[in-house]
Amino acid sequence: MRLAAQVVDLTKFYDLGSVVVKALRGVSTDFPEGDFVAIMGSSGSGKSTLLNLLGALDRPTSGQYFLGGRDVSTLDDDELSAMRNDMIGFIFQSFNLIAQYTVLENIEVPLLYRSGYPAIGRAEREWCLELANMVGLGDRTDHRPFQLSGGQQQRVSIARALVNDPQIILADEPTGNLDSTTEAEIMEILHKLNEDGRTIIMVTHEPSIARQTKRQIIMKDGLIENETLIKQSIPTR
Amino acid sequence: MTHIIRIVQLALKSLLLHKLRSGLTMLGIVFGVFSVIAMLAIGEGASAQAQRQVLELGATNVIVRSVKPPSEVMQSSSGSRVLSYGLLRSDYKILTNTIPTITKAVPIREVDREIRHLKQSMNARVVGCTADYLEMNHLTLSQGRFLTNSDQENLLNVAVIANEVANILFKFEDPVGKSIRIGSMYYTVVGVTKDRTASAAIGGSLSGQDYNKDVYVPIKTLQVREGDLDIKTQAGSNTAEQIELHQITLRVNDKDAVLSTAEAIRETLEQTHPRTKDYAVVVPLELLKQAEQIRMIFNVVLGSIAAISLVVGGIGIMNIMLATVTERTREIGVRRALGARQSDIIEQFLTETIVLAGSGGLIGVVFGLLTPVTFLGIQWFVQNFVMEGNTAGSDVGRMFFDLQPQIAFWSLPVAFGISVTIGILSGIYPAISAAKLDPIEALRHE
Repeated sequence: MRLAAQVVDLTKFYDLGSVVVKALRGVSTDFPEGDFVAIMGSSGSGKSTLLNLLGALDRPTSGQYFLGGRDVSTLDDDELSAMRNDMIGFIFQSFNLIAQYTVLENIEVPLLYRSGYPAIGRAEREWCLELANMVGLGDRTDHRPFQLSGGQQQRVSIARALVNDPQIILADEPTGNLDSTTEAEIMEILHKLNEDGRTIIMVTHEPSIARQTKRQIIMKDGLIENETLIKQSIPTR
Repeated sequence: MTHIIRIVQLALKSLLLHKLRSGLTMLGIVFGVFSVIAMLAIGEGASAQAQRQVLELGATNVIVRSVKPPSEVMQSSSGSRVLSYGLLRSDYKILTNTIPTITKAVPIREVDREIRHLKQSMNARVVGCTADYLEMNHLTLSQGRFLTNSDQENLLNVAVIANEVANILFKFEDPVGKSIRIGSMYYTVVGVTKDRTASAAIGGSLSGQDYNKDVYVPIKTLQVREGDLDIKTQAGSNTAEQIELHQITLRVNDKDAVLSTAEAIRETLEQTHPRTKDYAVVVPLELLKQAEQIRMIFNVVLGSIAAISLVVGGIGIMNIMLATVTERTREIGVRRALGARQSDIIEQFLTETIVLAGSGGLIGVVFGLLTPVTFLGIQWFVQNFVMEGNTAGSDVGRMFFDLQPQIAFWSLPVAFGISVTIGILSGIYPAISAAKLDPIEALRHE
């Protein structure tokens, strides 16, 4: 099985002067292509730190993180940016759309930062429209974020996460700010993406959400406490 | 190129999100650029005014005038009741014979006389001069001819009158060929000069001249008919002055030789007038250089004042951009997460400040181009609300009202360039502080 990403003995310490906080104390796991992982754990367990490292937003204190065949832990700031742009799609709890941009422009944002700054042409526009259609917002491409509901905003951010065709999708409590109906809609989209072969890594508090994934990683005190495969619990629609 | 267009578009989009704030921020730069252009235009206008005045005198001319020496000097020098001072005909001969760079020279004597034709009369300045006077004072004829050398030699009683004199004395007839009475002598009018704008006073050494009430006669004729004695009745007592020449206007063959020639003239006259300095040497070219220096000082002072307002505008931009960076920390975090490099963030914020300052600069340039109109408004305001009638007629007043701001076209790109530079300078710090934000912290920012 091909791996989308792999972490080997990852540690992350924060030196706060008086104390050193050991947020991750040696985490190793594989993310095969097409995986759908839920990372769970109480606050302070290190799950956010792990997600930041997986998102190439930060470098580990020690250990390796392989993504797309490269060891992310050795990259400099610009290379990390390129990694995030090219390999990773982010979905945030609070959507994080850019207020002054329309739906379509928000979806285009990662295209702005592709390496070499290629022009955004007709093909790219159509691809963005296609993504907007896919998340069900084809008729609202010129709306601005404040004109959309929470669920709609999260759909925009999913489309945005997909625009550069990333290796993995990182979702940080994607349904945390949504009501249960919208939550189901978003999860359905994520499932569909996973069925299409996308690797999704999701941080969540809610066991009901976690149960819909293929695998759960439960973090505690900076270590993986438990890994469970729950492939069978994927709803068979 | 498309990349630049795109980042400018994105900057515009961000700026248009807060139209009022962007507009107010821009205002500082608008006024800064406007005042730079306006101040330089006024400075330029003032210098053009001075230059025009000097060029009217002729850049290659040197003017030597008789000046009444201080009274105590005169009393000690002669006991007679007739004041005798000023340039002599011998001075004229020495100057023209000894200094080779002088190509033309006009001796001038001026007396005020009543002139009369039939029943019409007026007071005019009677100027004794030679043929070259016409050209050297930029006068043109509307009728007839000017004085000639043969008029001088033959001591003819001929006169050329200025247009205004002609209008007063000869309301309905052609003045050429008619005779007028100057003092007690009759002269035949041979020509009429066109109107010429009066030359303004310069630097105290040369008073303003109104050419439109002049009568020109051959200087030799004037000397023979009127003598050198000039008797004036003033407040009941008579004063008599003996002056051979009031002025000698000299033309130098080359502009480069003007200053050295002027020096030679000064030295020569120092020898012929050893006791009292009863003459003044006016060199228009020197005045021109002085005017140039004054203009430089003017421009530097005015320009610095205007530059201060530009700097203030820049500080305003910096202030707003710092606030913007704080306000948009979250957006910066999102962009970083989506793949923006630090340089992309710097580029974004720098572009926003440059667009802000640049468009402010453009608007300022447009305002600056309207300076002449604005200045007309100021002149109107001053005339109607500030100045009393008599101050408006004074030298300073005339200077102010004659002043026409001239936009120095080099100042437009310069002012615009400065505004963009200030945009860059005031944008660098906020942009760098935005780029240095930790993406994780920035994403967490509320």
